[in-house]
Amino acid sequence: MRILVVEDDLEAQRYLVQGLKESGHVVDEAADGETGLSLALSRPYDVAVIDRMLPVMDGLKVVAGMREHGNAVPVLFLSALSEVDDRVKGLKAGGDDYLTKPYAFVELLARIDALMRRRMPAGVRTRLDVGDLELDLLSRAAKRSGTDIELQPREFRLLEYLMRHAGQVVTRTMLLESVWEYHFDPQTNVIDVHISRLRAKIDKGFEAPLLHTVRGAGYMIRAH
Amino acid sequence: MRTKPSLLQTQAFRIVLVYVLLFAFSVTALLFFTYWNTRRTLDGQTDQIIEAEITGLEEEYRHFGLPGLVEAVRSRTLHQGQSLYVLSDGSHHYLAGNLNSWPQLSGSPGEMVEFDFERPVDGKLESRRARGRVYALPGDFLLLVAQDVHDRYLTERMFTTTLPWTVILILILGTAGGALIGHNMLRRLDIINRTSGEIIAGDLTRRVPLKGSGDEFDVLAENLNRMLDRIERLMKGLREVTDSVAHDLRTPLNRLRNRLEESAARLTANGAQAGEIERAIAETDQLIGTFNALLLIAETDAGTTRAAMAALDLGGVSADVVELYEPLAEDKKVALTLMPGPAVIIEGNRSLIAQALANLVDNAIKYTPAGGKVRIRVAVTSDGVELSVADTGPGIPAADRPRVTERFVRLEASRSSPGTGLGLSLVAAVAHFHNAELVLEDNAPTGLKAMLRFPKTAIRSLPGAPLKNAAE
Repeated sequence: MRILVVEDDLEAQRYLVQGLKESGHVVDEAADGETGLSLALSRPYDVAVIDRMLPVMDGLKVVAGMREHGNAVPVLFLSALSEVDDRVKGLKAGGDDYLTKPYAFVELLARIDALMRRRMPAGVRTRLDVGDLELDLLSRAAKRSGTDIELQPREFRLLEYLMRHAGQVVTRTMLLESVWEYHFDPQTNVIDVHISRLRAKIDKGFEAPLLHTVRGAGYMIRAH
Repeated sequence: MRTKPSLLQTQAFRIVLVYVLLFAFSVTALLFFTYWNTRRTLDGQTDQIIEAEITGLEEEYRHFGLPGLVEAVRSRTLHQGQSLYVLSDGSHHYLAGNLNSWPQLSGSPGEMVEFDFERPVDGKLESRRARGRVYALPGDFLLLVAQDVHDRYLTERMFTTTLPWTVILILILGTAGGALIGHNMLRRLDIINRTSGEIIAGDLTRRVPLKGSGDEFDVLAENLNRMLDRIERLMKGLREVTDSVAHDLRTPLNRLRNRLEESAARLTANGAQAGEIERAIAETDQLIGTFNALLLIAETDAGTTRAAMAALDLGGVSADVVELYEPLAEDKKVALTLMPGPAVIIEGNRSLIAQALANLVDNAIKYTPAGGKVRIRVAVTSDGVELSVADTGPGIPAADRPRVTERFVRLEASRSSPGTGLGLSLVAAVAHFHNAELVLEDNAPTGLKAMLRFPKTAIRSLPGAPLKNAAE
């Protein structure tokens, strides 16, 4: 996958580029907004990671410029600004996700994967499958090996999100943001409790577990 | 923003009302004095004429006896004038004069009396008012000399009937004038109040419109606007400082975390243990968490946050938080319940209120022993709306309550459990941001009841249904 990184803090840029390359991506980098925009418009990328505050041209303007030229590459904003409504501003300017510095690399990677997945033309899906687990999005029913699984509405949304990102790491923050729509960190790790409840429903009594904990990162649902 | 004052509450109206009352009182007093003085002068003149007549007639009687007096009276009554005479014997039998009979008199002889008499005017008998004095002549005769004062009497009657109406008219016109002035002042003040309300609600770019007449209100508005310019500049400066503090601290923290992650990855790749570094990363994350919380508290408390306000259903926000914490509470064997309450829509920021409520619920679950209860309730009170989290934990001693919302304050009892000591500070800051109040109380018989009390002005809509909750 081709990724564009626009970051003016060279130390952070080096780390980011190296980490992404190690994860198997092809990476181009820019240190200011103008270079970033011209790169974004001249080469095809799958995802762009853009710092919010950049010299020459602000990150918001870079994304606005991309969208103006019909460039729909998913953008992940990185920001060292304070949070409360900068997120809203970033998303309004055309960003697709928003991550506040300092971030954990696994968090960044998980979000980039999610953005790329979103880009793939999936069509309208009415059913999600992972191994012998099926989720019917129309009747909102879950089955494993033909056995019905009773899910609460929120558990259904949680499982749906995990299954849409099957095979990818999903972090606690991503779950909190997309399933609960909260953009703050609860003091206690409440997500873990929700996950263990869900796990009890979909994995208990089956030989092969589907819902895995990825140490230091989050969770992943996969068939094997 | 405070509610708009009614007309009766305006200072202008009150001042005008007091002025009108005083004015009505002085007008009445003045008119009475004029009336009293005029009457005294007129009566004095009348009395002088009467006295002179009596002296003259008495002289006639002394010189020429009764026939002389009768003659004098007759000659004086040949032409109809203001003067009235009656001469009678001791038992009021008419002897002479232009009054046909002895009138009904009150008062004793020798005093000035007023009485009514009848006189033909244009062929009709007319009752008129006269003022005069009875003079007892030696030889048991009585002489009444009087003056027709009917014109004065009519004027006086007119005066006494019109005076109350005059006063009533003054009061009506004065009150109406006061209302008009009060209304005009209210309208100008209302504009200023509305603008201040919008500014308090977060729109610092608003300014009070000027009328352009350069009157007192324009001067006031100009001064307010200058003050607002200054506040806006200060707030902008403060925001820039917060932003650069955030930026300048997060950037190195980011590098630090990156390097630690890199080192850990390198160690693990070489087959070594990276436990120490992972602990350092955890410490860094703790540091970042504290820094973020502090920044959020500072921004929220100062109101410099650009958090958008929107209509928000308190019950819905509570239900979401309860849903998030319910599994955790169940694991701890604590019953977490959202009590049924009215649907109240307030003006607020969902993220901030959810975070504040999450902090309160988090604390409540943390400190409530197994088997305990945590209850969340939205209630409408006479002062506004109350969002409360009540637990059956150990509570907070009354003496410590004011301290716990201060930053980094952790009570001895909770030092052993994890936490930054910023949770309640954030709740207090969020409350402050919403013009609400964080109140901590005892939850009888045991536990803590934390309440966010939103003022009436924060309410967007209330249910039409009776507010059962408030009465409980």
